[in-house]
Amino acid sequence: MIRVALPAHLRTLAKIDGSEVTLEVSAPVTQRSVLDALEARYPMLCGTVREHVTQQRRPFVRFFVCSEDWSHESPDAPLPDAVVSGAEPFYVVGAIAGG
Amino acid sequence: MSSVRVLVGTRKGAFILESDGKRENWSVNGPHFMGWEMYHLKGSPADPNRIYASQTSGWFGQIIQRSSDGGKTWETPGGEALPKPGEMPAGGSNKFVYDTTAETGKPLTTHQFYDGKQHPWEFKRVWHLEPSLTDPDTVYAGIEDAAIFKTTDGGKNWHELPGLRGHGTGPKWQPGAGGMCLHTIILDRSNPKRIVIAISAAGAFRTDDGGATWKPINKGLVSNYIPDKTAEVGHCVHHIAMHPSRPNTLFMQKHWDVMRSDDAGDNWREVSGNLPTDFGFVIDVHAHEPETIYVVPIKSDGEHVPPEGKLRVYRSRTGGNEWEPLTKGLPQRDCYVNVLRDAMAVDSLDKCGVYFGTTGGQVFASADAGDNWKPIAQYLPAVLSVEVQTLA
Repeated sequence: MIRVALPAHLRTLAKIDGSEVTLEVSAPVTQRSVLDALEARYPMLCGTVREHVTQQRRPFVRFFVCSEDWSHESPDAPLPDAVVSGAEPFYVVGAIAGG
Repeated sequence: MSSVRVLVGTRKGAFILESDGKRENWSVNGPHFMGWEMYHLKGSPADPNRIYASQTSGWFGQIIQRSSDGGKTWETPGGEALPKPGEMPAGGSNKFVYDTTAETGKPLTTHQFYDGKQHPWEFKRVWHLEPSLTDPDTVYAGIEDAAIFKTTDGGKNWHELPGLRGHGTGPKWQPGAGGMCLHTIILDRSNPKRIVIAISAAGAFRTDDGGATWKPINKGLVSNYIPDKTAEVGHCVHHIAMHPSRPNTLFMQKHWDVMRSDDAGDNWREVSGNLPTDFGFVIDVHAHEPETIYVVPIKSDGEHVPPEGKLRVYRSRTGGNEWEPLTKGLPQRDCYVNVLRDAMAVDSLDKCGVYFGTTGGQVFASADAGDNWKPIAQYLPAVLSVEVQTLA
């Protein structure tokens, strides 16, 4: 099972208790397949992490994996084994913005 | 006994203020959607318990929320049920995609940008939701970058009425300081095929065929901030109001100038009269007196505060030109808030109630058509919109 950590506003929107969700994701486990599974499980999150049409990451959303910023990695790059095994979550983070 | 429900959208959540028909004691319910910008909430005239809300965020984009119990509980239309195995998730309720298909004439996909160059239309947010007068599942949405969308399934799916962007002047539209937004949608109870909309900064437009085709209705507007002061489009219209019994009479608060039309927008004339300044954002019409209108003069486009630090509503009982300040109960010193374009509304009780919200987080109400005012909420986040439902 893949663990996905979501920001508070999106957990509220999707009526999720706790800070993480767990998802069944078929191989290969990538940013794209994880987000596809997330949106399939929680349709109200469509468009909130990625743009509807372009599927690009929204500008003020970041993806962190194993203490590294994966925001600029290819959406089809395989995620680390630690994420695939569930040892580490895939973090969806609201970027620092404002003042 | 009748009651009143005031729907308040703010920079950080939505609030619902309720009172009985006396309008003396108010409850404040909320915040709903705390932390999100709530640009607009509006109830269905056909089913007052059906309320639609535009929830937006710089981080997470656009969400449409819907309530079927008067704002007690909310749902994302179509997003509440899990898709069946093999189906793609719905998620269409927050999906606003411009129509560029050949079937609808490939509406223009660029407009004038701040740098004078052509810029592609990009969806930013929903500014205004206008539920149908007769069907609780039909709603129009005014969006940024400017376009009008419609749902007929309670917000689950939205489609553009592309004739507006497609009629030819789109490349001349340009964003104002708040963005290039379609912020006003007026439906005509006497003519279901007529809709009037307004865009900053393009002007006012009207359809007489249910949204298939549109025409600019800006004749008579004079704007010193555009090269051709009387151009067909390019005017920064801030808001338009109409009394349901007089659909051909429209009142406009433009960037500067308060205007009036008596032929559904075909021709406008200025009715600023003795206002201390004719800059402002809101304008509304008394529920029972079609010639009684309200504005809140703001000092200038460069300052966006009330003149002299005095928050004054101005009322005209003559359809414009002759205005009187309404000050009882409003702060008359050291007040430097703004009142944004969708932040005034009226109820339909007798006497007519008038309501407005400020960027300082106050919501003021008058239960006697503006003679006396009092705050019914004082410390909310900056108010973006105010709508009122009069409940039987």
